[in-house]
Amino acid sequence: MSFDSFADFIAMGTHGPYVWSAYGISLAVLVINVALPVMARRRYLQDEARRLRREESK
Amino acid sequence: MNWTWFHKLGSPKWFYEISGRWLPWFAVAAVLLIGVGLVWGLAFAPPDYQQGNSFRIIYIHVPAAFLAQSCYVMLAVAGLVGLVWKMKLADVALQQAAPIGAWMTFIALLTGAIWGKPTWGTWWVWDARLTSMLILLFLYFGVIALGQAISNRDSAAKACAVLSIVGVVNIPIIKYSVDWWNSLHQPATFKITEKPAMPAEMWVPLLIMVLGFYCFFAAVLLMRMRLEVLKREARSSWVKAEVRAQVETLS
Repeated sequence: MSFDSFADFIAMGTHGPYVWSAYGISLAVLVINVALPVMARRRYLQDEARRLRREESK
Repeated sequence: MNWTWFHKLGSPKWFYEISGRWLPWFAVAAVLLIGVGLVWGLAFAPPDYQQGNSFRIIYIHVPAAFLAQSCYVMLAVAGLVGLVWKMKLADVALQQAAPIGAWMTFIALLTGAIWGKPTWGTWWVWDARLTSMLILLFLYFGVIALGQAISNRDSAAKACAVLSIVGVVNIPIIKYSVDWWNSLHQPATFKITEKPAMPAEMWVPLLIMVLGFYCFFAAVLLMRMRLEVLKREARSSWVKAEVRAQVETLS
């Protein structure tokens, strides 16, 4: 461990705001990249489900 | 050499089946590698003797920049395969990889700016490395916009393939910009021919993060491509059966 305490870890020397904002935004971008295709797949399948139901009821 | 695998790639059905088997492995590997790399890089790697703790930004900056460039090369290769062998899957790969590449370029530029402030005293300079990375971002935007602007799928595929292949000239410019021009940016961290200049407890977590980002890219790309294959092949019987099966698990 290269830090003495948790407060030390959060402070990152004097560079806390830089390190944490860089990591925070990057992680958010990674999450967006996973969430978009997962949601798109759900939406597509829901649309298809509706279409299939319509066709069967005809 | 056995080329069966290459011809099979022409079959969306084969791709859909095999990618469904690979996807979970890439996803698990990405989570594990990025998790380990993150904790190691943030908490256990020693601080840099000059930059202090701001150097820890390297653990996302370098993997994102690597991936941004590799992804563009992949776009160009997919474009070439699509033009030469008329492989339908090549265009799917190209279109679906471009947004991920753009996001990675964005991460590289943004973390670079945040890192630059405490290190160089400025968020941005019009320096060769930074400017060529910005051009990479615009090339990605170009490919994405072109793919959406042309409604005929075959024409769009051809136009995007050509743009990707022409744009790949920017990749060696990015790579060698730090050697060719005076740059604020530090030279490459990893070289194939030499040992890294930093100690192992610094570069091992970096290597883990790079591998993690590649696995992440593979997993997200496969997810995106699988959905696109379902949409494009919607009329074929195997897709109808697959969508029916998936719809049932949904409800």
